[in-house]
Amino acid sequence: MAEIRMEGLVKTYPGGTERATDDVSLDVADGEFVVLLGPSGCGKTTLLRMLAGLEFPDAGKITIGGEDVTYRAPQDRNLSMVFQSYAVFPHRTVRANIGFGLAMRKVPAAQIAQKVAWAAELLQLTPYLDRYPAKLSGGQRQRVAVARAIVMDADVLLMDEPLSNLDALLRLSFRAELKKIVQDLGTTTVYVTHDQGEALSLGDRVAVMRTGRIVQLGDPLEVYDRPADTFVGGFLGSPPMNFLPATVHDGQLSVAGHARPAPAHLQGHSGDLVVGVRAEHIGISGINDTDGTNGIEARVDVVEPTGSAVLLTTSVGAGPGPAVLKVSAPPTFRARPGDTVRLDLAPDALRYYDAETQLALEP
Amino acid sequence: MPGPTAGRATGSAPSRIPSVVWLVGPSVLLMALLFGWPMIAGIVQAFAGPEGFTLAHVERMVADPYFWPSVRNTLLLIVVLIPLQFALALAMALLLRTNPRFGGLYFYVWAIPLAVSDLAAGLVWLAVLTDRGYLNSVLAGLGLTPVPWLAFDNPVSLFVAVLVAELWRATALVLVIVVAGLQGIPKDYEEAAAVFGAGPWQRLRHVLLPLLRPSLQVALILRTILAFQTFAVAQALTGQNFPLLVGETYRWYTILQNENVAAALALVVLLLSMLTSVIYLRTLRQAQT
Ligand SMILES: Nc1ncnc2c1ncn2[C@@H]1O[C@H](COP(=O)(O)OP(=O)(O)O)[C@@H](O)[C@H]1O
Ligand SMILES: [Mg+2]
Repeated sequence: MAEIRMEGLVKTYPGGTERATDDVSLDVADGEFVVLLGPSGCGKTTLLRMLAGLEFPDAGKITIGGEDVTYRAPQDRNLSMVFQSYAVFPHRTVRANIGFGLAMRKVPAAQIAQKVAWAAELLQLTPYLDRYPAKLSGGQRQRVAVARAIVMDADVLLMDEPLSNLDALLRLSFRAELKKIVQDLGTTTVYVTHDQGEALSLGDRVAVMRTGRIVQLGDPLEVYDRPADTFVGGFLGSPPMNFLPATVHDGQLSVAGHARPAPAHLQGHSGDLVVGVRAEHIGISGINDTDGTNGIEARVDVVEPTGSAVLLTTSVGAGPGPAVLKVSAPPTFRARPGDTVRLDLAPDALRYYDAETQLALEP
Repeated sequence: MPGPTAGRATGSAPSRIPSVVWLVGPSVLLMALLFGWPMIAGIVQAFAGPEGFTLAHVERMVADPYFWPSVRNTLLLIVVLIPLQFALALAMALLLRTNPRFGGLYFYVWAIPLAVSDLAAGLVWLAVLTDRGYLNSVLAGLGLTPVPWLAFDNPVSLFVAVLVAELWRATALVLVIVVAGLQGIPKDYEEAAAVFGAGPWQRLRHVLLPLLRPSLQVALILRTILAFQTFAVAQALTGQNFPLLVGETYRWYTILQNENVAAALALVVLLLSMLTSVIYLRTLRQAQT
């Protein structure tokens, strides 16, 4: 067990023009589960590989448990890792795969056997211990990779998109198992994914990355609820956050042709901005259901029942470029394309972003 | 039984000849003509006398004073040469795998001997090692006494000369096979091994070599069979001073003009090659399971 400190990590691959990671600093506390989340190519794997020692940074420093390991070889770092490709050795049985790290560290055979049996039991691999990986399904190979990583008693556990090669159902069920296993182990964990659902459900904290930088770091609900910029809001959530152009003038906020008093921290503001709102925070009612005029009229374009909700794609305001809003309505809500509905944007559900920088305008 | 070719109806009764015959037939025919028939002819020749079957040729072959030395030399060469070649080729291939600068260039330079005919290679080494060759010129230039490397009464230096020349000439084949094999092994496995605590030697022993086994197996069989056939290099360097089995076959056929004994010798080479191949396949397969 150990804490990780990354300071100003810069890495440009030979022949590359862009920095794969650009001055990344991140502290992971002892026993913490941090998720690196970001779109493909944003530098998550590079960061993880530098932690593992498979890649050395051009600048910056990595300490694990207080020791500077920036340029230390992988085998001297006492970590374990689940690779995206699993990298389960095809020439070794499941048993020998799981015990590989322990055997390399010259652990006595009896102890290895005991640990392998424990991990195999935990990951339901006991019937397959004497098989070769070629005779396993993808999900089983995945489990072998995880079992191989957790028997190690390593200081740090690294995982690179470990669930990305599983089918949707398996991914969901294994996600919960993984969470429980890692919680019980209590190992400091860095987990890489491009799947925002995984990030939110697994992490103690989530670091959202974009083009080699960490753009927001926080606990999952905070990152989801208060995205630091429009990129994070647009990347997290399914559907992602809605963004609408808006203006502030004389203390009045006008969104989609609907004016209301601007919130306190925007009173001094004047000009264009962007309003963000989550689909499930938008109230919706039929046009004739309420007498109030306290809502925005919108036209329904697409209706997608998802079972637990009805996802509506609506357009607000006429004119050349109507704003599109995704609205998550209760599953009982009935609407047909072409209907007009009334949307209610509750003031405390709205987030405000600078129109130029796309950064949050926080109170 | 409707096979995959059943749809290709010709109007007449459907052909009863399965497609496998068409696929394998030509190569079987070619093998029979070019390998099977000469082999049978050779076997017949080795045992054919005026009154039918005879062991006279075999007896004559064994009685020849050069026979046992040539068997011993051939085996000795293989036992020393092959491990050296594999160690060298593996080291070179692993160096190339680290992606050094100009790695592609090194590979081509190292592979050049593959394109040099073995007689030419033998003549090149003769020019180096002969009494007034390059090596002795250099020695003389340094003020040292020249050494008669290829003298008939110096069997150790004869052996070393053939060994070095063969090492230079034929290691490239192993290198090419090993490099190709290594390219088929994703870096992930080594990286995973490193993360799980394996140092460079452990990675080689526990990950790379086992994954390379099929390539090594091919290279080993190929190289051993070819080493049994070592001829031109030794012939150019040593004449008859360092007799090898194929050299003896050649001598019986051309100089002594005895086709029957030559055929018997060729048969010995064939049997030895087959025996070692079978042993390799057996032992390497057993190790796998
Ligand atoms: N071995 C490499 N050589 C050159 N460029 C690379 C290499 N690996 C990754 N990159 C580049 O570095 C950037 C970050 O890649 P990566 O860390 O793999 O992203 P992610 O894991 O977030 O998808 C990408 O632009 C990618 O093209
Ligand atoms: Mg990646």
